[in-house]
Amino acid sequence: MRANSMVAMILAGGRGTRLFELTKKVAKPAVHFGGKYRIIDFPLSNCANSGISTVGVLTQYESILLNSYVAKDHNWGLDTNDGGVFVLTPRERDQQNFQVYLGTADAITQNIDFLDSVDPEYILILSGDHIYKMNYDKMLAYHKERKADATIAVLEVPLKEASRFGIMNCDENDTIVEFEEKPKEPKSNLASMGIYIFTYKTLRKYLMADLKKENSDHDFGKDIIPAYLNDKRTLVAWRFKGYWKDVGTIDSLWEANMDLLNADSELDLGDQTWKIYTEDVNALPQYIGADAHVENSYVTQGSVILGEVKNSVLGTNCTIEERAKVIDSVIMPGAKIGEGAKVTRCIVADDVVVAPGAVLGDAESEHIELIAKNME
Amino acid sequence: MRALGIINFEDDNAHIEGLGEFRPVPAIAFLGRYRVIDFILSNMTNSGISNVHVYCKEKPRNLFDHLGDGTHYNINSKRGQLRILFGEKSFSSPVYNNDIANFILNMQYIEEDTNPYVIVAPSYFVYSLDFNPVLQSHIDSKADVTVLYTSTNEAKERFLGCDVLMLDKEKKVTEFAKNRGNYKNRNVSLECYVMTKKLFVELVEKAARTSSLYWFKDVLAESAGELDIRGYGVKGYVSCLNSLPEYYRTSMELRDHDESVSLVKPSWPIYTQTNDSCPTRYTGTAEVTDSLIANGCVIEGKVEGSIVSRNVTIRKGAEVKDSIILPGAYIGERAKLDHVIVDKYAIVHHVKKLEGTDKEPVYVKRRDRI
Repeated sequence: MRANSMVAMILAGGRGTRLFELTKKVAKPAVHFGGKYRIIDFPLSNCANSGISTVGVLTQYESILLNSYVAKDHNWGLDTNDGGVFVLTPRERDQQNFQVYLGTADAITQNIDFLDSVDPEYILILSGDHIYKMNYDKMLAYHKERKADATIAVLEVPLKEASRFGIMNCDENDTIVEFEEKPKEPKSNLASMGIYIFTYKTLRKYLMADLKKENSDHDFGKDIIPAYLNDKRTLVAWRFKGYWKDVGTIDSLWEANMDLLNADSELDLGDQTWKIYTEDVNALPQYIGADAHVENSYVTQGSVILGEVKNSVLGTNCTIEERAKVIDSVIMPGAKIGEGAKVTRCIVADDVVVAPGAVLGDAESEHIELIAKNME
Repeated sequence: MRALGIINFEDDNAHIEGLGEFRPVPAIAFLGRYRVIDFILSNMTNSGISNVHVYCKEKPRNLFDHLGDGTHYNINSKRGQLRILFGEKSFSSPVYNNDIANFILNMQYIEEDTNPYVIVAPSYFVYSLDFNPVLQSHIDSKADVTVLYTSTNEAKERFLGCDVLMLDKEKKVTEFAKNRGNYKNRNVSLECYVMTKKLFVELVEKAARTSSLYWFKDVLAESAGELDIRGYGVKGYVSCLNSLPEYYRTSMELRDHDESVSLVKPSWPIYTQTNDSCPTRYTGTAEVTDSLIANGCVIEGKVEGSIVSRNVTIRKGAEVKDSIILPGAYIGERAKLDHVIVDKYAIVHHVKKLEGTDKEPVYVKRRDRI
């Protein structure tokens, strides 16, 4: 299928500092979610399901794992002859100073040669740190229908929470008239999801102009969108309804995992019409031992449960030893909870070993505890 | 490794009632997320065999779907090749549908392969084995043919109808016999043979000249006197899936975690076609013990001592005991299953109780509604 009319560019360079040790050695988009996935599986699967064949992934921070992970584009069915996943890291270029990506817009500008070679009509800008399922093709149809220069996906949020987001103030036709980053007194409850569709030719001009501007942060929200508004370009909001979560903190990452336990959650990963794809793992099915108890939990292959697991999400190849208790927790792949240990309201990081008898976390705690190193 | 892998199809000794009517034995779902053929194929690719022929006699769709181009078995897409060789069914009579006829039909692909050795094996024996020491031992022994075998003391109940080897002190095969269940201790042939490709081709041609009804094992048995055929004992778990009760027994044995990890090790993975199923959700009413559960399931009911394959739903109030549920099946409320094998996509909702035994597990047909 020749379908390069829209190219997706996933901004995956961020560290995600509020995830602390979880992102010490891997970038945030590579953090595990929902037992068997990584966060970036969501935008990549959305692209594949939306019929997008060329995806650029812009990486920067701790990217060895992330680069090699996304390069295996067959995992998401993105390995077509005329498309694929392109890993785009900052690089030394002829007659230019070598520089890391300075901002979200700069990351695109530094790869303008790549985009020119693909020659898309439209460009979709995504971030690699949200959990959601979205049909970008529907958003593109709306962009065309409205004859817009840029379309921004927005989510209706409760007005009292609106000051945490970038807010789009729109007229009655959902044409954006003003953009406010984290306004103290929000005038609207339409929050930007950080998902943009631009008509490429126009965007290219603005990126080139922005490159020359001094004092620019080279950021879509701070510089490019305001420049579009200034020039009275047609910017429209596309309302998204459905599950969407920024998993930028330990608490929100935990919450999003817990949402999977709810049968009525809008985030149904078992939906056969919109599969979320991920890497293949060669592990046995999960084994539930003779004295085990598993209740209200989400468990993936390779796990061995001999103890008790309640209200929890377990990653690939986890081991829960005899008489161990895992309650209200997220256990990342490869972690091992020793005999008789008790883990409550925790995220246990990948491959961490919790010693037998250890007691971690607290049922009454306000925040979720992150267990990132082996615990005695 | 300098050998061509040849995965042969099963003869009439392998008949898995029910399950075998919908697909060939190698394509039968096994152990939650595998197919029977995954074991021998992974043994070959893990051993570094990068050219594999899979011979197939009937109902090829299942096998084609599952094997694809073999990349998921770690076969190098440029330097290796998985070939599925389907023999046209003989129009005259099914008795002509033997492996020799299929080898003759596809001889050009065997001859054009540049490996000097062949390793021929059927898929319905389940074991985990590195073929490198086997080939080395074959070369060192200067034997014409090396045959894998397992020494069992359960030959009265297991491996019925399989070939057994009569070995002398040098492990030379003096005679091939059949296991009719009369003796406890026997050396059961795994029907896996190592030899030069040249000899393999000669034997196939000899068989074709002798009788149109000959299988490869027949010509080998006939040649036992003339050729130097040596046995190579395989240690560790070996089972033969040649009947429904044996399929059931093997599944139940491997349900045990210690047994299954001896077969499927991180250093010796068993590859399969994956399906991108989400993890399995256990609800508040789930009661699962001593079971092997694949991904993509929703479990609300009680599961004990069972194997549940991917995308199975077990509703609240259902009780599944000592049973095997194949992919996509639905077990409704109040259904009570004991020693039951439920085939793919079957729906069990209007029946209260089904009860089988170890020797005669109840089989529920593919896509059936009961």
